[in-house]
Amino acid sequence: MFVSQNFGESGKMKEYHYAGPTEHRFSPYAFNGGTVLAVAGEDFAIVASDTRLSEGYSIHSRDSPKCYKLTDTTVLGCSGFHGDCLTLTKIIDARLKMYKHSNNKTMTSGAIAAMLSTILYSRRFFPYYVYNIIGGLDEQGKGAVYSFDPVGSYQRDTYKAGGSASAMLQPLLDNQIGFKNMEGVEHVPLTKDKAVQLVKDVFVSAAERDVYTGDALRICIVTKEGIEEQNIPLRKD
Amino acid sequence: MALEDICNFKDKPTHKTFPFYASEDTSVSVFTEAFNFKWRGEMTSKKASDVPLEFHVPSLFKRPSSRASHSVSVRRPFPLSHGTTTLGFIFQGGVIAAADTRASAGGLVACPAVHKITPIHSHLVVTSSGSGADCMLWERILTREIRLYQLRHKRRLSISGTAKLLSLMLHPFKGTDVCVALTLCGWDKLIYVCSDGARLQGDIFSVGSGSPYAYGVLDRSLSWSLNKEEAILLAREAVFRATHRDAYSGNNVDLFHVTAEGWRQRQREDLKEEYYRDMEKRGKKMDN
Repeated sequence: MFVSQNFGESGKMKEYHYAGPTEHRFSPYAFNGGTVLAVAGEDFAIVASDTRLSEGYSIHSRDSPKCYKLTDTTVLGCSGFHGDCLTLTKIIDARLKMYKHSNNKTMTSGAIAAMLSTILYSRRFFPYYVYNIIGGLDEQGKGAVYSFDPVGSYQRDTYKAGGSASAMLQPLLDNQIGFKNMEGVEHVPLTKDKAVQLVKDVFVSAAERDVYTGDALRICIVTKEGIEEQNIPLRKD
Repeated sequence: MALEDICNFKDKPTHKTFPFYASEDTSVSVFTEAFNFKWRGEMTSKKASDVPLEFHVPSLFKRPSSRASHSVSVRRPFPLSHGTTTLGFIFQGGVIAAADTRASAGGLVACPAVHKITPIHSHLVVTSSGSGADCMLWERILTREIRLYQLRHKRRLSISGTAKLLSLMLHPFKGTDVCVALTLCGWDKLIYVCSDGARLQGDIFSVGSGSPYAYGVLDRSLSWSLNKEEAILLAREAVFRATHRDAYSGNNVDLFHVTAEGWRQRQREDLKEEYYRDMEKRGKKMDN
């Protein structure tokens, strides 16, 4: 946190040159890096994240996954400022338990998304610096992905990348899953195995070009049978 | 949210809540107290300026001068989504509302397929522009409030009443960086409500970074006596030209048509095709 003044927007380091005397203010935010991705299929959803926790030029941990299991059918991926990620997941867990106790049923993915939106917006004037993506199954058993901005605006999508490498991954997903910017291609529906392979390839690319992404990849595959986890190593440099 | 309220469930905030009207002492203000503990049943209608959401205001920056403005906000390390083209106009066949579908955050397109026009009830549609999260949440709050009004008073709130309610709810946030500019499109009325406090009724409104371009196209061809197809084509053309020239608008166009029978949504259309058709038409004109 003590080097946070060297960061400009989006956590990238500012160039070093002498700019005259500057006033250093305490910033309550830090940028801990990490990339999250979610893909929704016909009857499955995949949430994947890298496991590197970094700050400035240092790596705090190589084993800090950013996927959190919320219910049997929903996984939340959050990247950004790790302190806010931890608090947010604690609050969501507590609210899930409260809902379960008062309504005697688990929250559906859509309900969790709507609730997360209000939780984030209640901090409109001191936001949680977290980019959230929820992946899970909706009431009909179809895959659902909900992506959020840090203040609570959300949208149901088919696929979304968030975090430090999101600007690199999102166009690639647009092309491979959304078939955008290609003419005369047959739109083949995505199978689970192809989706998992695509996610692995996409993260390998992200680790090549983004310094804050790497070390290992944690994939959570949500189907009606449950949540399956896989760990794949990535570049450690 | 409405369900929480009817069941009298409240998250008790442990910190000072916002909006607050009292001076800078530590006692919780009258408004939030009444909001937290009173059972809001079928009694007298509540004050319209109650905001059914509590906000945490950071106490990092203690201001020696009191109450100047409510602009205590921490410097954000990320940009929020902004930038749009929306428009609405009245003609003899009802009201047309149209908008693009791009949400940009800084220089990045955060989402190419956002819904900027949301139906509130069967005869009211609202187009949003400004900050994406603010618009989404305030629309939800507005929908909740007018639904509660309908349940309590057994009749629907008028469009003017809805606009006034929204304006009063946004008033405590004037001066902060909440940025909301909604156009309420009813079947016979268009009202523009903005977080700065403006509440205007009119015949034609266009809001957003692409609005100058849209106004140019609309002012040329808009008249009361257009038929439905012409009006739809005009709205589409206006959004298309605005997305062509404005960097922060683009992708698709959404169109809603509101009449006395209710609203009808036209299928979302990708403007990429329209651009190619337009280029072809120009090509033919040059050849002739």
